Amino acid sequence: MSTVFIAFQTNDETRSIIDAVLADNPHAQLDVQPAMVKINAEGKLVIKRESIEERLGRPFDLQELQVNLITLSGNIDEDDDQFTLAWRN
Amino acid sequence: MDVQAKKKLGLKEKYAHMTRGLDWETTYQPMDKVFPYAKFEGIKVHDWDQWQDPFRLTMDAYWKYQAEKERKLYAILDAYAQNNGHLGVTDARYVNALKLFLTGVSPLEYMAHRGFAHVGRAFPGAGPRIACQMQSLDEIRHVQTQVHAASNYNKFYNGLHQFRHQHDRVWYLSVPKSFFDDAFTAGPFEYMIAIGFAFEYVLTNLLFVPFMSGAAYNGDMSTVTFGFSAQSDEARHMTLGLECIKFMLEQDPDNLPIVQRWIDKWFWRGYRVLTLVAMMMDYMLPKRVMSWKEAWEIYAEQNGGALFNDLARYGVRPPKGFAAACGDKDYLSHQAWSVFYSYGAAAPFHTWTPSPEENDWLSAKYPSSFDKYYRPLWEFYAEQQKQGNRFYNKTLPMLCQTCQIPMFFTEPGDPTRICYRESDYNGMKYHFCSDGCKEIFDNEPEKYVQAWLPVHQIYQGHCFKEGTDPTAPGFDPLKAVLDWYNLDFGRDNLDYEGSEDQKNFAAWRGMATRNE
Repeated sequence: MSTVFIAFQTNDETRSIIDAVLADNPHAQLDVQPAMVKINAEGKLVIKRESIEERLGRPFDLQELQVNLITLSGNIDEDDDQFTLAWRN
Repeated sequence: MDVQAKKKLGLKEKYAHMTRGLDWETTYQPMDKVFPYAKFEGIKVHDWDQWQDPFRLTMDAYWKYQAEKERKLYAILDAYAQNNGHLGVTDARYVNALKLFLTGVSPLEYMAHRGFAHVGRAFPGAGPRIACQMQSLDEIRHVQTQVHAASNYNKFYNGLHQFRHQHDRVWYLSVPKSFFDDAFTAGPFEYMIAIGFAFEYVLTNLLFVPFMSGAAYNGDMSTVTFGFSAQSDEARHMTLGLECIKFMLEQDPDNLPIVQRWIDKWFWRGYRVLTLVAMMMDYMLPKRVMSWKEAWEIYAEQNGGALFNDLARYGVRPPKGFAAACGDKDYLSHQAWSVFYSYGAAAPFHTWTPSPEENDWLSAKYPSSFDKYYRPLWEFYAEQQKQGNRFYNKTLPMLCQTCQIPMFFTEPGDPTRICYRESDYNGMKYHFCSDGCKEIFDNEPEKYVQAWLPVHQIYQGHCFKEGTDPTAPGFDPLKAVLDWYNLDFGRDNLDYEGSEDQKNFAAWRGMATRNE
């Protein structure tokens, strides 16, 4: 199994995003680095709009992720409700 | 964002309307004439509509998010300037990492802007055309923000004042410059593999993430901010590179051998450029985030490994030079810094020997190589320096015809023997630093015989200011070349110890914490 990852800047907005990602992906691991966090997960990582909205307390468009995104790895599939990273092997 | 109107279209429909929906087939001229570069590399495409941008970003959303990124960035840059942020960095040695970045990397962002504008125009498909257009705009934003961020340092420190002029002239800057010129002069599909895939997907994490995290660690909020702002576009660039390679491989099985050769070539070209990053991480950051070796293991071995496992279903294998690159991880940064240390008079930034604590850090990070090969060298240089014999190499090195780096790399598996390769072409002998660089030359000799090699150019007398007389008594060729670089001898170059940067930083930091 290969690892996918996504990294965000550390700021007030990403706090809720990171909490949501970790809650929705119990197999994911958080790697805290200077000014950024990297979330690693075996095989697949799912980011859900609803979970982020719940924590942010406002509507959230998944394309807003791009504002604070640093890097990622894996094949992307994005629609209005979720953003998925996965390796197909 | 309190009030949100109900969306009329979902992401997928919106993407379809705003990309393919805006495209048309030309009728006044045949499509082949409108897109003359689409076929000459031999890549076969049967259905451009199969191209999907998984982010499904459309221009309206693009402008909105980019504007938000810019507002955040400039707010921080202003605050940084207003608060004399530069005095908060660990020590002024750090600024030399910035000098390397601004002279070596920022001009490449501008070339990437031009390159993506060009290939975007060259692709008949609307999907890649729009994604390339966005990337082209991203890249010009990057160079602008980098110049703005660096201008805060240029006011106070030496060596940043001529970055554009120097990019076209200085010996080691020909390494990143020739890398990008090579990509830029290839066809559109090769450019996408070179920059979009090999550089952005496989290697960019090694450039930006440790660099920017390193900037944060060293108190440079200005660089962290432009770096992360650029990097937020980078995720989209990486995705474009990956989609492009999958698209080519899915369109026709005949594309595989062409794509594989490009992967081999551009992995190696990019890896050679990263030599500068390796030494920056291990030697130039006063406070280090991780070693080059650790970064290589995470981003190249682990992540690159996952990527090539995924691509194996198309018949793609990892790049040919991958194993050799992994084998070098214990030596690369040390070999590079020792070359820059010895050529410390010829570069517009400062070099130094690592402190005893830094030697210990390097020894812990490189247990199999540092104490055996490199610590003795640094201790010898430090001792010589103490006695007033700071070593500056004044002879010019032989350069590799392909990567243009001085020939200091060692044989695979033997870090004590310099690696030399050569090829004959049209009665001339050409020299290479590695099997990887030799093979690139052998595949396209007509291209690489034209390389503008700084050392050759200096010896041919092309690197002096107009009116220079090399036959004049007491002529100093090195000084004349540095003058042509617009390098201020004694201020921009030589050892960090005793430099104007070092003295100014100590004085200004003193003023910031005391009343006088």
